[in-house]
Amino acid sequence: MSTYDIIVIGGGAGGLAAAQAAAANKTSVLLIEKDARLGGILNQCIHNGFGLHHYREELTGPEYAEKAIDELTDKTLNIRLNTTVTKLNKEEDRFFVTYMNKEEGERTVTAGACVLTTGSYERTRGAIALPGTRPRGIMTAGSAQRYINIDGYMVGKRILILGSGDIGLIMARRLTLEGAEVVGVAELLPHASGLTRNIVQCLHDFDIPLYLSHTVTDIKGKETLESVTLSAIDAKGRPKKDSEKHFDVDTLLLSVGLIPDTKTFDGITFKEDPRTGGAYVDQHFETSVSGLFASGNALHIHDLVDFVTEESLIAGKAANRYVHRLKNKKKNHIRVNPGEGIDYVLPQRIDTTSKKHPVTFSFRVKEENAQATLRLCQGERVILEKKRRFLTPPEMERLILPVKKTLDVETPLTLHLEVDEG
Amino acid sequence: MKKSMICIACPVGCHLEVDESLNVTGNRCKKGESYAVEEMTNPTRILTTTVAIDSRLQRRISVKSADPLPKAKLFDCMPVINKVRLDPPVKRGDIVVRNILDTGTDIIATRTIEE
Repeated sequence: MSTYDIIVIGGGAGGLAAAQAAAANKTSVLLIEKDARLGGILNQCIHNGFGLHHYREELTGPEYAEKAIDELTDKTLNIRLNTTVTKLNKEEDRFFVTYMNKEEGERTVTAGACVLTTGSYERTRGAIALPGTRPRGIMTAGSAQRYINIDGYMVGKRILILGSGDIGLIMARRLTLEGAEVVGVAELLPHASGLTRNIVQCLHDFDIPLYLSHTVTDIKGKETLESVTLSAIDAKGRPKKDSEKHFDVDTLLLSVGLIPDTKTFDGITFKEDPRTGGAYVDQHFETSVSGLFASGNALHIHDLVDFVTEESLIAGKAANRYVHRLKNKKKNHIRVNPGEGIDYVLPQRIDTTSKKHPVTFSFRVKEENAQATLRLCQGERVILEKKRRFLTPPEMERLILPVKKTLDVETPLTLHLEVDEG
Repeated sequence: MKKSMICIACPVGCHLEVDESLNVTGNRCKKGESYAVEEMTNPTRILTTTVAIDSRLQRRISVKSADPLPKAKLFDCMPVINKVRLDPPVKRGDIVVRNILDTGTDIIATRTIEE
């Protein structure tokens, strides 16, 4: 049985960074990717706007992926492409990964630590219980993106998009440039889910209407999609009478959210955070299973790939430290809770015995706030206080706890948001 | 007539209004003013799209304009780019269309396809 120090599952932005960091100090790493090439979803995200934080230049998705791949120079890094992981187990202190590919068939390999960078999947029609018939022509925005940008197929001529997530907005522009007519984007919420720059550059630039507080209330068509009905919804989420708008379209794209994808194989279970849909981790991205790390969209959904890279570099480095010296280290965890106004916060717990590195908290707010004060507290004691402007749910926010701040080793941390007047 | 727009120079997203003499209101900083004036006088965008490639891995290769193009010319550029057929190997940064529609800007590959 082949033995590695660390196995990284998933070769997208997260896996590339995790593998790079994990392979330092002659550490043997196996990076497993299900597709024929590395880079993951970046390969189909041909638009620009990536890399401003991490590479300090504006890149397209494929360029960002190639830069990250070029950085994989460690000779101790092994890569398996076209390879699917079917099982992940831990026995005593070893991880056992079973994978399949054409060349090797089914094989089990072992490692001392494992990083999950398996990305996310798109919420589908079934998940949001769309009414009406089930003709062809209804697909997720990410599938349409792959058909057009990788496979070279156009998906339709007249298109409606449900959900104002970033992928849907990006596809509205892409389809318009390729000659389709995008008749509108409907959003259930009273505000857009995507980044402002995408609303401007993908919708406003092409005069594509955005229907806020609207949802699909009927779908017609036997073989292929014929029409979609939108209705305005009231404050309780119920369709308003006589608010129907009918659209004769051949395609309906769904951009209604991403879900961390960590259950594609059998075996190991770890504690999950119902708020993020991903693992429950400490500041080194170690899950509830000792030696198992998770980062990137497999952990929580990011709006910028730069932070996937940053997070995964930390996770990879932590896996490296774990196999070399920290395997049997005693830990002391305190919980981190989302308080008033905070939707979720990561990490969900802190190991207080680890004091060498600043802790970056990632979080999303529940509502738009023009001005607010963020307070990280242990009980009544305020550990960190920061004022922030223009916090919105679509933008992931970050707060850094410097090394010099000392924490009580027993009291949970809570991140509170207080709205400032004026 | 006033034109309204959302500033995307930073995440704040100020709601701007610009009149015909290019007076900008609603901005909280100088960036908003220059953004609005640029949008009114010479709006430009990076164009990203794909061209056909005869590769065993995939049928399209991603490309972009090396510099921002005038927004009004984006639709005119698309048929020019869509006529291109490439054969591997193509390297990231290779010029796919030189000086597209006399804009002075090249269309370049944004990924490498070796075979």
